[in-house]
Amino acid sequence: MSSKVRVATMWFSGCSGCHMSFLDLDERLIEFAELAELVYSPIVDPKEIPDGIDVALIEGTVNTTEQLEHLREIREKAKIVVAFGDCAITGNVPSMRNPSPRDEVLRTVYGRGDIPGLRAGDVPALLPRARPLQEHVKVDYYIPGCPPDADRIWKFIVTLIKEGKPRLEGEEIRFG
Amino acid sequence: MITLKLDGREVQAKKGQTILEVALENGIRIPTLCYLEGLSPKGTCRLCLVEIVNQNGKLVPACVTPAEEGLEVVTHSDRLAQIRRTIVEMLFLERNHICAFCVSNGHCELQDLAVELGMDHVTLPYRYPGLAMDLSHGGFGLDHNRCVVCGRCVRACSEVEGAFTWGFAGRGIDTMVATDLGTPWGLSETCTSCGKCVQACPTGALFEKGMATAAQIKSPEIIREVTERRPRVF
Repeated sequence: MSSKVRVATMWFSGCSGCHMSFLDLDERLIEFAELAELVYSPIVDPKEIPDGIDVALIEGTVNTTEQLEHLREIREKAKIVVAFGDCAITGNVPSMRNPSPRDEVLRTVYGRGDIPGLRAGDVPALLPRARPLQEHVKVDYYIPGCPPDADRIWKFIVTLIKEGKPRLEGEEIRFG
Repeated sequence: MITLKLDGREVQAKKGQTILEVALENGIRIPTLCYLEGLSPKGTCRLCLVEIVNQNGKLVPACVTPAEEGLEVVTHSDRLAQIRRTIVEMLFLERNHICAFCVSNGHCELQDLAVELGMDHVTLPYRYPGLAMDLSHGGFGLDHNRCVVCGRCVRACSEVEGAFTWGFAGRGIDTMVATDLGTPWGLSETCTSCGKCVQACPTGALFEKGMATAAQIKSPEIIREVTERRPRVF
């Protein structure tokens, strides 16, 4: 087991499409399971971010105080951080709220009074703006696409695990 | 004829040709955005910058610089790649380009440039400005969020259609394209609804109404075709 690469995935503000695309690896998931161990992810059980992560794939943009804490934590615990999909790289759809003031957005949706999202409590506070990963922490690699298709993801993962320094190019880096 | 060097290769040019035209004739691709065949070149986007080796590596926009005898031009280098990538990064972060649900997704010259120049992320902070749309016209729409202010619509409208509906308003980073000095497009008295501006637009900023995501496929080459049949007056 110890020879396997320890992979984590995270899901911030995004539609989960990148994770769906990851599951679209289909039968390649069996080969993935031989090469890597999924130690933390929305699709496995552990609730705490473990130490000693080799690669963290992060879907979604950084939208809340909790996501920002998790991003900083996983950056400390992971050797390689990968921005996984357009939301993580550009802000994409969740960034559509950015031109409007945060409180105005929250009030429009939740109304008056002590509404969720204004300050961190049971529900995390919404950050002033949804911003991509690289505006908060050092990001090592980028997998563009909304969502990145399974072939893109597979090429990236296999190259990273077997050879190191994956390089997506041409149509593989197209946004959208 | 003029003789000059492009990337170390001797090539022939006619007097009056630009460096970009000579490069195209010789099969050398130089990235462009504000340039469109059939319209007057303006050299504003700076993507076609090339280095003049025998002028201390001076950077000049290829689309507006005449080919001259003895010029040694470099069209691709690490320095130029870095400059061009930064320009495309700044075009992306300046407004709200959200490819995933844009009408031009997959058929966009800005998106194509990011692919060509290897831009998989931007290295500067996004601005996320609050920008409006103009949907007052019956057939077409304008989304400032997706506009790169290349001015191709402005030139197509004035130089080819002769309507002079489109112009620029504001200065610097606040520059916006505008119809009839800021009148809503649908109330414009000069617009002929010819649609050349939409076809000339490289992104999803100008689009045909009713288009779904990724459905807007444009034909900017019609500008060249029209001007071949009916030469521009100016």
